[in-house]
Amino acid sequence: MDASVILFYVISVLLVLSSLMVVFLRNVVHCALALVVALFLIAILFVMLHAPMVGVLQVLVYAGAIMVLFLFVIMFLNPTASEPRRKLWWGFGSAAALLLAASLAALLSNGEAPADPVTATETFGSPETLAKSLFTDFVLPFEITSVLLLVAIIGAVVLAKREP
Amino acid sequence: MVPLDYYLILSAVIFAIGVIGVLVRRNLIVVLMSIELMLNAVNLTFIAFSRYLASMQGQVVVIFVMAVAAAEAVIGLAIVISVFRHRRTLDPQEMQLLKW
Amino acid sequence: MIVDIGIVAVKAFLVLFMVLNLAGILGWIERKGSALIQDRIGANRASVFGFAGMGLINTLIADPLKFLTKEDFVPPEGDKFLHTLAPCMTLFTALVTFAVIPFGDVLVLGERVINLQVANLNIGILYVFAIGSLGVYGIVIGAWASNNKFSLMGAVRGSAQMISYEVAMGLSVIGILMVFGTLELQEIARGQGTLIRDMLPESAGFLRSTVGRLPAWGIFLQPLAFLLFFTAAVAETKRIPFDLPEAESELVAGYHVEYSGGKFLMFFAGEFAEIVTAAGLMTTLFFGGWQVPYLMRDGFHFPWGEAVVLPHLAVTALQVGAFTLKVIFFCWLQILLRWSVPRFRYDQVMRLGWKMLLPLALLNVIVTAIVIIALQ
Repeated sequence: MDASVILFYVISVLLVLSSLMVVFLRNVVHCALALVVALFLIAILFVMLHAPMVGVLQVLVYAGAIMVLFLFVIMFLNPTASEPRRKLWWGFGSAAALLLAASLAALLSNGEAPADPVTATETFGSPETLAKSLFTDFVLPFEITSVLLLVAIIGAVVLAKREP
Repeated sequence: MVPLDYYLILSAVIFAIGVIGVLVRRNLIVVLMSIELMLNAVNLTFIAFSRYLASMQGQVVVIFVMAVAAAEAVIGLAIVISVFRHRRTLDPQEMQLLKW
Repeated sequence: MIVDIGIVAVKAFLVLFMVLNLAGILGWIERKGSALIQDRIGANRASVFGFAGMGLINTLIADPLKFLTKEDFVPPEGDKFLHTLAPCMTLFTALVTFAVIPFGDVLVLGERVINLQVANLNIGILYVFAIGSLGVYGIVIGAWASNNKFSLMGAVRGSAQMISYEVAMGLSVIGILMVFGTLELQEIARGQGTLIRDMLPESAGFLRSTVGRLPAWGIFLQPLAFLLFFTAAVAETKRIPFDLPEAESELVAGYHVEYSGGKFLMFFAGEFAEIVTAAGLMTTLFFGGWQVPYLMRDGFHFPWGEAVVLPHLAVTALQVGAFTLKVIFFCWLQILLRWSVPRFRYDQVMRLGWKMLLPLALLNVIVTAIVIIALQ
């Protein structure tokens, strides 16, 4: 076992633990912080997979902006009522998810996936190559995404605005 | 080198954990966070495939997913705020009335 | 292999040593400077054997000692773990940013070529923004864990303010990235070693002989971007006139009301380390980094034809010295700001960020793009 495999195992264990904490912790702020940890770990996996640019964007966009927005809303609303827990409901939900995970895992690990990666070039995943494919092959989706973000901004302002 | 399967199974597990959160949590904000978790599990498969097939397309798609996730979080939280103003609760079970 | 790791460790240690000491010295300069501006004698209590005038060294040792011997108080209803985590986050994010800021060109020692930068990442500046965006968590977690209304108000203000100004900060740098065509900070610093003359076409003879003699520093190429970046950086470090998250007169001390002793010291040091990092970024992006005007790798080459040959070690020493001096200057500028301007109102902060800085930064990007295309 070389170093990257050990690193992968360590990160996956931590990732699964923090994801479980997102779902099972009672306090909303604790959930949000566990999610930040999970997103950061996923960013490390991205960097391990030769996608440093996407990894940094992951930290910048998810941990730096989206999760701060979540925390901002949590503190803004400051919900105090604790949510009711129904054991049967939790059992059903967990069983369904376990089934889903098992079937997905069985589907995905049918041995057809390549075990060894295609050797990547030196510049694979660098900002230049990413930008090149973003602005040549994917120009139209890129432009449409900007429209989507504009619509989201307007929608958020309209929704959250207090009536005068 | 880690085989591709490992990454796929890891992301399947994370996705399933996110599904649990969406199904059983009774707090809208945590439900939204679980959706973010599921999106990230999918992103992980995209990046893993992009590495193992040496194709940049996976990484580009992840960037679009991030943009969509940002938009989704913004709109979702705006809805949460306006619902909370009316109903003083974050429990999705309390939000089944069409009118208030 | 071991030597390489050793070199990186030495570089990291040197940078941390410099940043932390500079942060400590800035604490003293801030108090002494406020005394100077308010026309009183200040920061003269820590005196050993009557050496009150040596306040600098005394305060560097006496201040931390005083903080560390105080009681470490955690609010009974608060969250003990997160209460401890928050100041660590603040200090950590403030310190690791300096890893990508180059403090000199390469140092050649025999066969070995040492890049005078702790970590050379090809995503350079994005790393700075990514780590900088994690800095919000320090104040948000700390405030929430204190279980105090004033803290919470401070954190809500702080998170909104920092997200808003991050946008303006990122956009203001894009002009520089377009001019130098790279994200690596070392490459940006190197790119500023040429003269503006080399960027202009042959036909612009008058411009080439006047403005063209200036070094191609960011401030000359992107003056508006520097103003925007400076404003956003001050807002990001949460200092007057943008210190809404801690506003003493409204929120007692904002997000760190419930902090004392060593943890407060960490918040305090983190704030000054952020100032040093911001100064390092301003220097690297807009003031040539480690560049001395007209100093090439083998000595000075003045645009009017003279040349002074210098040995390699002297050139490197000059470069590192120039970088340090520039960083200290920008630290001092930010400290001076604190005693010169009053605090904004909160709506003014938001209006400035979204309605002034953001459109101006976008305009700067567009104008830069047009000029670059026109010059090609």
